[in-house]
Amino acid sequence: MLDVSVQHRVGAFTLDVDLQTASGVTAVFGPSGAGKTTLARCVAGLTRPDTGRIAVDGRVVFDGDTDLPPHRRDIGYVFQEARLFPHLSVRANLMYGARRDMDPTDVANMLGIADLLDRRPGGLSGGEGARVAIGRALLRQPKLLIMDEPLAALDARRRETILPWLERLRGAGVPILYISHAIEEVARLADTLVLLREGRVVRAGPLTEILSDPEAAALMGPSQAGAVLEGDVIEVADGLAAIRTPAGVLHVAGVTGGRVRIRIRAEDVIVATQEPQGLSALNTLPAVIEAVQAGQGPGVMLRLQAGDGVLLARLTRRSFDRLGLGVGQKVWAVLKTSGVARSDVGGGS
Amino acid sequence: MIELPPEAWEALRLSLKVSIVATVLSLPVAIWVAHILARGRFRGRGLLDALVHLPLVLPPVVTGYALLLLFSRSGPLGAVLEPLGLGLAFRWTGAALAAAIMGFPLIVRAIRLAFEAVDPKLEEAAATLGASPWRVWRTVTLPLAAPGVLAGATLGFAKAFGEFGATITFVASIPGETRTLPSAIYAFLQVPDGGAGLRGLVAIAVVVAVGAVLVSNWLAPRIAARVAGR
Repeated sequence: MLDVSVQHRVGAFTLDVDLQTASGVTAVFGPSGAGKTTLARCVAGLTRPDTGRIAVDGRVVFDGDTDLPPHRRDIGYVFQEARLFPHLSVRANLMYGARRDMDPTDVANMLGIADLLDRRPGGLSGGEGARVAIGRALLRQPKLLIMDEPLAALDARRRETILPWLERLRGAGVPILYISHAIEEVARLADTLVLLREGRVVRAGPLTEILSDPEAAALMGPSQAGAVLEGDVIEVADGLAAIRTPAGVLHVAGVTGGRVRIRIRAEDVIVATQEPQGLSALNTLPAVIEAVQAGQGPGVMLRLQAGDGVLLARLTRRSFDRLGLGVGQKVWAVLKTSGVARSDVGGGS
Repeated sequence: MIELPPEAWEALRLSLKVSIVATVLSLPVAIWVAHILARGRFRGRGLLDALVHLPLVLPPVVTGYALLLLFSRSGPLGAVLEPLGLGLAFRWTGAALAAAIMGFPLIVRAIRLAFEAVDPKLEEAAATLGASPWRVWRTVTLPLAAPGVLAGATLGFAKAFGEFGATITFVASIPGETRTLPSAIYAFLQVPDGGAGLRGLVAIAVVVAVGAVLVSNWLAPRIAARVAGR
């Protein structure tokens, strides 16, 4: 889909990225200053890299001889700020990059902005503006849609209301390059994860694989770590949904049905050497320790194989030693119900 | 209705024609120059900037004299234009040129500020939506700079309407051809019984100037509101 190899220097910072993406949603994840936006701008043609080659869908848009301007790259771009044209109505904003004979109604319905078409952007809330910006980029019918932290300018509540709309985009079929430093967003939306640090790709691969890899967790920061499980809701009772995941059946609040994706933070997994009795926690899964990653500081990251699923658990080194844990050992993983935060639950693919 | 001698009405009509033609013809050029001064990065930008401002700082009589040298029968441009019947010296078209040149720096300044205030991020967004640079300019940059264009046009019109020094030097003060309203006021001052015509013309000058400002002030917030998306 996207084939990038670029080198670009800005002052002391060097971006040196080599990356191939497939269809679906590819998240570029990294701390601020990692070069995420610079990479996105190079792909879109807004920043000219020093050297390299960029091809979208097999078409070379940049190399030594070619440097297509942004408007000829067929790449949509959703910026952190909505960047709506203030002098045009919402409808005119949506249609700005669309073919004349297109109808914005379907996209407007999908994004819940059909009632806003005759309004001016000046009167929209942040969340509405973000959705219009996304619709505008979609109606341009790009070969690739870049979303550069489209939710970063919104508060947590607004972000929560927009994520479901973004999840719908996954089904719209446009390949997406999703730039973010928020792991919850990435875990909900991405199929492929690219970890970017100091201008370089440190890991790239399927999301679930990377998120359940203790080494990658160390790169992302242990407090961000957490494996992602996908599953189907099989029953809802007492406000709790039973979800069948590869790791076993989990009970989670705030889910109504369908196929969902759950991120379980490594910090929220407790490890017991015997089956716990008399615990208030709802979710207890038998597991085997597959790998142990001791990082700097007091923490130890465990990779647990539970059924066909993988979990990450973060313990203190002291607990790890006291329990005498080691690779191959059978344990019980206890998941606090609150360990599945509402914001980490989302419709899956 | 004010009692005015016919030559005063003639001067008013001529002045309106001269200032409207001057404003309308200089506006596209001023927009273009303002845009390259605001956004262009090229050698000689400072020089162009200085050149545009020249009529603002030169004594008007010097500007008028320079035009006379260029466009008189023996001048480099006049020698070409006069035989074609397109000569400007001592014609109302020359008065329009003088008025346009004197108003030009004011128009460019106002429009340039407006262009500089347009957020380049919006132009970037338009480009990623597939708009060519020309379409971006036409549909985003220019509409957002519209209040500045209006302000510039108003200033330019008022300046053209009141232009005296360069005009009288370049095209003299020929009744019915180049005697614009300020020239007519000056002419009435030279004769002992010009009192009535003089007072009437001064009143008209005030009315036109105030009217231009009022119209501009009425339009400005409406354009600004459109541009701000309310």
